Amino acid sequence: MSFLMELIISLLLLSGGIFVLVGSIGLLRLQDFYVRLHAPTKATTLGLGGVLGASILYMYHLQGYVSINELLITLFLVITAPVTAHILAKVAMHHRVKLMERTRNPELVETSRAQLPPTPIDNSSDDKKAGTNREV
Amino acid sequence: MSLFGKVFSRVIPMPLHSITLVIVWLMLNSTTSLGHILLGSVLAIIIPLLCAPLRLPQPKVKRPLKLINYALIVLKDIVVANIEVALLVIGPMDKINPGFVAVPIELTGTLPVTLLASTVTMTPGTVSADISKDQKWLYVHVLNMPEQEQEVIDFIKQRYESRVKEIFGC
Repeated sequence: MSFLMELIISLLLLSGGIFVLVGSIGLLRLQDFYVRLHAPTKATTLGLGGVLGASILYMYHLQGYVSINELLITLFLVITAPVTAHILAKVAMHHRVKLMERTRNPELVETSRAQLPPTPIDNSSDDKKAGTNREV
Repeated sequence: MSLFGKVFSRVIPMPLHSITLVIVWLMLNSTTSLGHILLGSVLAIIIPLLCAPLRLPQPKVKRPLKLINYALIVLKDIVVANIEVALLVIGPMDKINPGFVAVPIELTGTLPVTLLASTVTMTPGTVSADISKDQKWLYVHVLNMPEQEQEVIDFIKQRYESRVKEIFGC
């Protein structure tokens, strides 16, 4: 295996590993559920992408043909990651998970739970009432 | 429709899905041997037959080239999103100002809306959380909200929604 190839593969592995690590650090450091959701959905995609890229290159170099399973893994990952995040966020809303104090527009959780359109911003103080009245 | 056409659409209700299934089956097994092609074909006929009644009518992709263009843009944004979020996560926590926004959407049909919601989740600092029943509002959680909420809404609408709209022509 040539030095250049080794270098590229190691770089891919390293950067992939770093991104996955950062994703996990994010899970630990961030302060509420919704914010935590961002770390694994984003950082992990690129992290796994890097590891899979390294795997494709390595196998290509070793066997002489592109192994397609990695492409499939990438495809499934890209399809499933946003769906999981969406469902998790939705469930969190339904359980009224605690928000960070700084969170802006927390009243949107209520209309979102009821799957209603948001009420106009100018009377945001009585959003809750307006939200329930609109139901009919 | 000719008799052949009728029989064809009965036996293979979703031709595009069937072809995709065969290809994915061959990719999974990473072979092109006759046995697997046959087995894959049988699966590609049976599975769509079972799933066809569950299908909702979807708008057709009108501009396939735009779809490829869109995929490339999203791919680029995923890389940018990863780096942005990574930097935010490592940096000081009091820099993070999360918030919710409701984005008005003008798309019709579940497929375009799903595509938009998934894109929003994969791209910089936003996760789609819910959709209003009338499918006109997309609730989005933003990791780091700029001073003006409208910025986020405009970004999503201009960069992604307008393109999705073009692809499906709706």
